Amino acid sequence: MYDIKGYYDAETVSEATALLAENPNLKIIAGGTDVLIKMHGGQLEDAELLSLRKIKSLEKIDLADDGTIVIGAMATFSMVFHNTILKDLIPILTEAAISMGGPQIRNIATIGGNVCNGATSADSASSLFALNAQLKLESKNGERVVPIREFYLGPGKVAINPGEILTEVRIAPEDYKGFAGHYIKFAMREAMDIATLGVAVVCKVQGGSFEEVRIGLGVAGPTPLRCLEAEEYAKGKKISSDTLAEIGKLAVKSTKARTSWRASKEYREHLVEELTQRALKTAVVSAGGAEVV
Amino acid sequence: MYKRIAFTVNGKAYNFEVDVRESLLDVLRSHLGFTGAKQGCGVGECGACSVLIDGVPTDTCIYLAVWADGKEIRTIEGVAEKNGELSEVQKAFVDEGAVQCGFCTPGLVLTTTALKESGKDYTREELKRELSGHLCRCTGYQNILKAAEKSLEGHVCTCVDSPHYKGE
Repeated sequence: MYDIKGYYDAETVSEATALLAENPNLKIIAGGTDVLIKMHGGQLEDAELLSLRKIKSLEKIDLADDGTIVIGAMATFSMVFHNTILKDLIPILTEAAISMGGPQIRNIATIGGNVCNGATSADSASSLFALNAQLKLESKNGERVVPIREFYLGPGKVAINPGEILTEVRIAPEDYKGFAGHYIKFAMREAMDIATLGVAVVCKVQGGSFEEVRIGLGVAGPTPLRCLEAEEYAKGKKISSDTLAEIGKLAVKSTKARTSWRASKEYREHLVEELTQRALKTAVVSAGGAEVV
Repeated sequence: MYKRIAFTVNGKAYNFEVDVRESLLDVLRSHLGFTGAKQGCGVGECGACSVLIDGVPTDTCIYLAVWADGKEIRTIEGVAEKNGELSEVQKAFVDEGAVQCGFCTPGLVLTTTALKESGKDYTREELKRELSGHLCRCTGYQNILKAAEKSLEGHVCTCVDSPHYKGE
């Protein structure tokens, strides 16, 4: 049995924020694939849970009139993967979604939970970083929107205040329109494995040059991160194998990889350099550029 | 803390109070006697505890019992015909020798049943992916895959030129 002291169900966001305001000790549970595992391992005891599972409005995935992609925080990884809007507009997120866990986990784990869990290995994170995702947080007193890069503070630590609930993951049209991307999850197995490295890139190509590049990495540091130096370098550069090689080298500079039982720091850095280039090569072709050989 | 929930298992309705600390697996096995769902890893890795919840394969060891309120649950006990005749999926698992110790089998049969009942077409790769949440520690997956392919006969696409394959 799980070490649960209290359990509350909310059916609407306002009900949930009201409950949270009354009792800030409530631990939010979404799909449960992280929270229950922590309880199983004894890392979370005497929990008072607030379940968001009955809030159906948070499962919606929509394209707003202004082109903003709005993903409800309670959308499961299966919903994300099968959603035609997302598959069409931001396939690097749907590819990341299908790479996570196995089918039964994807059927229940939510994108909001994946983000709020704060893991650098979150499979959605590198894609959401590359897409400049914005997170909508709601509390009893109002709402605010935080860029995902400011949300991850450290391992397992995110910038969510007491009383707040993540309700939406939003991607603005200027962050995905005209971009093509590619996602690579590097792991020891093709399913049911945690990434050794997650790489998501998007790029805009014009006349054989990079107009813009964004690189999101997971497990390359204590939090997911962006390779800003490499991105800045790429701007306006002619697309060639030399340019890509330099991007790969600069990408490593933004990382703070560490040695764990999964892989050594050196190996992870090698992966960053190599996989950033591979992902960009594919993305360039998808963006209408010529194949780099 | 207890909560009253109502749900069905294999078509039969239940309505009773569950301890909020219990997983659905606890309830199915200990209170209702559906011991076909197995406790393996207990953390959602192995798939031995999988059942179909509203038709969707789900690990019940990390699914709180209170969440089952209003759901239709199908366990391995509800797969065969009422007269005891095995379902086509079960027969395929027997025919292909896809069962050794049997611990992973209930979950695999249920997931394969869900795939079959979806009526969708799958490539071999997709089929492998859909079964990847079930670990078999006896021997290997070849016979399991063969059984799944046999179960989905006519819905497994192996031709790389087909539109379905290209759509990937």
